[in-house]
Amino acid sequence: MRDLYETQRAMRNVRRAAMQRGVIAILDVGTSKIACLVLRFDGPGRMPQIDGPAALAGHSQFRVIGAATTRSRGVRFGEIDAMQETERAIRTAMQAAQKMAEVRVDHVIACFSGARPRSYGLDGGVDVETGVVTEGDIGRVLASCEVPDFGHDRDVLHAQPVNFALDHRSGMADPRGQVGSRLATDLHLMTVDATAIRNLFFCIKRCDLELAGLASSAYVAGISSLVEDEQELGAACVDLGGGSTGISVFMKKHMIYSDAVRMGGDHVTGDISMGLQVPTQVAERIKTFYGGVVATGMDDREMIEIGGDTGDWERDRRTISRAELIGIMRPRIEEILEEVRARLDAAGFEHLPSQQIVLTGGGSQIPGLDGLAAKILGQQVRLGRPLRVQGLPQAATGPAFSGAVGCALFAAHPQDEWWDFDIPAETYPARSLKRAVKWFKDNW
Amino acid sequence: MRTMTPPRAPRAPRTRPLRDPAPSKWGYRWQRWMLTPGVRTGVYVGGPVLGVVLIAALWLAHDGNRAMVTGQIERLTQAVQDRPEFRVTHLAVTGADEDLAGVVTDLIPVKFPVSSFTLDLAAMRAKVAELPAVEDVYVRVGDGGALEVGITPRQPVALWRTSDGLQLIDGAGVFSGAVATRAERRDLPLIAGEGAEDHLEEALALFRTAAPIAERVRGLVRIGERRWDMVLDRDQRILLPTYQPAVALNRVIGLEQSAELLARDVMLVDMRNPQRPTVRVQQGAVAASRNAMATGAND
Repeated sequence: MRDLYETQRAMRNVRRAAMQRGVIAILDVGTSKIACLVLRFDGPGRMPQIDGPAALAGHSQFRVIGAATTRSRGVRFGEIDAMQETERAIRTAMQAAQKMAEVRVDHVIACFSGARPRSYGLDGGVDVETGVVTEGDIGRVLASCEVPDFGHDRDVLHAQPVNFALDHRSGMADPRGQVGSRLATDLHLMTVDATAIRNLFFCIKRCDLELAGLASSAYVAGISSLVEDEQELGAACVDLGGGSTGISVFMKKHMIYSDAVRMGGDHVTGDISMGLQVPTQVAERIKTFYGGVVATGMDDREMIEIGGDTGDWERDRRTISRAELIGIMRPRIEEILEEVRARLDAAGFEHLPSQQIVLTGGGSQIPGLDGLAAKILGQQVRLGRPLRVQGLPQAATGPAFSGAVGCALFAAHPQDEWWDFDIPAETYPARSLKRAVKWFKDNW
Repeated sequence: MRTMTPPRAPRAPRTRPLRDPAPSKWGYRWQRWMLTPGVRTGVYVGGPVLGVVLIAALWLAHDGNRAMVTGQIERLTQAVQDRPEFRVTHLAVTGADEDLAGVVTDLIPVKFPVSSFTLDLAAMRAKVAELPAVEDVYVRVGDGGALEVGITPRQPVALWRTSDGLQLIDGAGVFSGAVATRAERRDLPLIAGEGAEDHLEEALALFRTAAPIAERVRGLVRIGERRWDMVLDRDQRILLPTYQPAVALNRVIGLEQSAELLARDVMLVDMRNPQRPTVRVQQGAVAASRNAMATGAND
């Protein structure tokens, strides 16, 4: 825990250094593609001033100067599976983005979707010493949260205070400077497999880059595709990715729950490939061109030439109807959505005041998905696209890039996390004293 | 008729994986290195500049090339300077009389025609301004290729007799030339004595006061750097006081006009004490007058 605290603090410092240099890269390590955005931070003075609220909900302080995406290799279920392959893919994306930006980027903020995220809700409370809540009190109350035993092979990815309560008042966003005697907090802790983080660290280091931040793909997709009201009133963002489907529940502008289903678009492709006896590339192509989830009478007559590349093109001229393709795709998508429903139910999503569900990610582009999702997830379903940020190429504005765009927003305005506050001072001497006593015992 | 060849196969959809576009590790590093701002500027600006400088330096390393360059520059400069627009053909001296103009012409040793670039106008002006007879001067290259020298001469207001001879002196007490004899400048009053040049105003005022006896006045002599003596012909002198000498002189002129004082056998009229004007008569005049009275010549 302490190591991670130091690591995250170091990453925050790296991010600050990157902000001063004004250029930072965003890396979305996904199962089907790796996207890289290069952001330039200009500061508020350099942008053209406009009347009214700032452009893009205040996110206009950066602009995208380089964007590249490449086919992902060596990533499965959103986790790095083959290091060398992934490293090459990251290099490809980085090189193309740097070439477009014409600037060298040294700092990178990465997000990934897999690694079995798990959410914990923690709470803690302390007595306010001076009667007025200070920054140190917040650090203390965050440190007082009782951390569950999540296993030694897992690391904390996000630890965000989502609520503060001062005496009998709850739901405070920022209690600093307020008068009270007892301060309590709710902390949302998200852990992932430590090996996944270590692998990603290693891959990025091998590309001569410095990691300035890590984020969960589900979380950043929620930032970019949920509108402000949805984040405030409560909504779930379902990021239908290639290898895993991320779920994040937002409430009062904080993520309060996050989970992932280890199924995604790649499994749909695999089903098609197996069902039609075609290579994966062909299956992927058929899925993106003709895929759907609701069959109509028209689809029985629309024949698709699948062109199995068996080398015997004269006899292997198989065609299928689109209805058949939908028949293959639909069960898998239903399964994914059912699983999402189960996770949301487990999280108690139905108790939220608003039941909005936003589908985003590359998988959300399947025609008719919103109708199917409405049957499984509830009536308030919509398809979400990422926020529009300045300078983003048209090709990178689709829902498949909600993770990358969200990560850019996260880079610009990271939420305060546990490691942004100082460790309470009293824990230091206790530790060092203990260490000194141990040293004496060992040596004398 | 049927063709014997089978119909061309439609292109099968590409199913082989695309060529992996990943850059090699060193290629990636090389690109990043080239995108570093310093290196980038160095390559795109520093490299070409260095190349050009190197080539130029190598070329200039040969003495012949350097000489060629300097020669070319000199020839070009000469060609521009020798253009008729810059040619100066004659000297035009204005504002000076003939003597002074002659002196000035001798002072400016320029062989015409000459390019205006080679003329050192400031030095010429300094040289001409050093002349005592010149109060102010400008030297410029004017229209039509003339080297114009405009002189404002000093206006002498008096002659000053010194041990070196007769000097012309202007209103500011500055020598503006010399004359050989008094006869050359009969129009100017004559002053003498040490410190006379510092009280020129007073002297000129005295000369104006003495206008009724102007044809008899020889000049003014400064005595002891303190007061004036007016010297008349027949060795007569009027000794004037330090203060208000014009008043005293007026009294003497009044006496002259009423009693013809100066026409008499008077050697010296002493007005140094205004309360007590004194007259000294000529040697023997008293005796002559007594003799005349004794003989009753006046009766």
